Amino acid sequence: MSGNGASSSSLNMISGEDVVNNNLSALVVDDSPLLRLLHDIHLKKYGLKVQVAENGKVAVDLFHLGASFDLVLMDKEMPVMNGVEATKELRAMGVTSMIVGVTSKNGPGEQQAFMEAGLDYCFEKPLTPEIISFLLEELNKHNNKN
Amino acid sequence: MERNPMRRQLAIMRQSLFDQGHVDEQFVQLEELQDDANPNFVEEVVTLYYRDSARIILNIEQALERKPFDFRKLDAYMHQFKGSSSSIGAKKVKAESTLFREYCKSGNGEGCMRSFQQLKKEYATLRKKLGAYFQLARQAGPVETASRPK
Repeated sequence: MSGNGASSSSLNMISGEDVVNNNLSALVVDDSPLLRLLHDIHLKKYGLKVQVAENGKVAVDLFHLGASFDLVLMDKEMPVMNGVEATKELRAMGVTSMIVGVTSKNGPGEQQAFMEAGLDYCFEKPLTPEIISFLLEELNKHNNKN
Repeated sequence: MERNPMRRQLAIMRQSLFDQGHVDEQFVQLEELQDDANPNFVEEVVTLYYRDSARIILNIEQALERKPFDFRKLDAYMHQFKGSSSSIGAKKVKAESTLFREYCKSGNGEGCMRSFQQLKKEYATLRKKLGAYFQLARQAGPVETASRPK
């Protein structure tokens, strides 16, 4: 797990009720229908509006069409367009959403390449309630500043 | 302590899934996502897992029939399978997936085949146990809250 100062010991273990937010939207990008369902339900429980995309190209196309999301959960290995490429494209388009990489356990080199594509954080899948709470807390802080 | 005999039996079955190492903490997290809005969520996720992973298992079987082994492809398939298995907390299946991947990385074809046979056994055993568990759960009616195993 890596990110901008994110480590498992520094995660705030706050309850889900503290971060229920009906104003946030999320895009779950994963080629696995199972992971899409899991993250979809998980985020909806926290009050987010959720859309799903089965690969990086679908995600990029959504943004091209004018969609915007506060949070993007981006799987790394996907057909058509993988998470690294999709993240690079989104950042090149000027997308400022929080983009969180979600990977199976890989070597540190692979996660580093993913982070360098423009992620804000990268975590091992599936995301736990603690990690989701942390991400929403960070999103709320970011939104309160703007 | 459950007074209803069916719920008691359900609790015992559930505990044994953890005690026998078939599922891990991730299974509890699935249960915690189940609520009135999604009363059969865990069963739906597990059903989706078995549907999704059947395709991957077939891909691996076909890849193991082709010689020489394409270890990179086998590893990629198993990487995908392991990710799905982790998502439902399939502990023993995940462990065999890890072993298989280690054999792929070391180019050990015999090891891959042995490990894959064991993986399929664990996968089938888990399916049977979860099938029985969900069947009883449907008969017993909704359980109020998820609880961590003792």
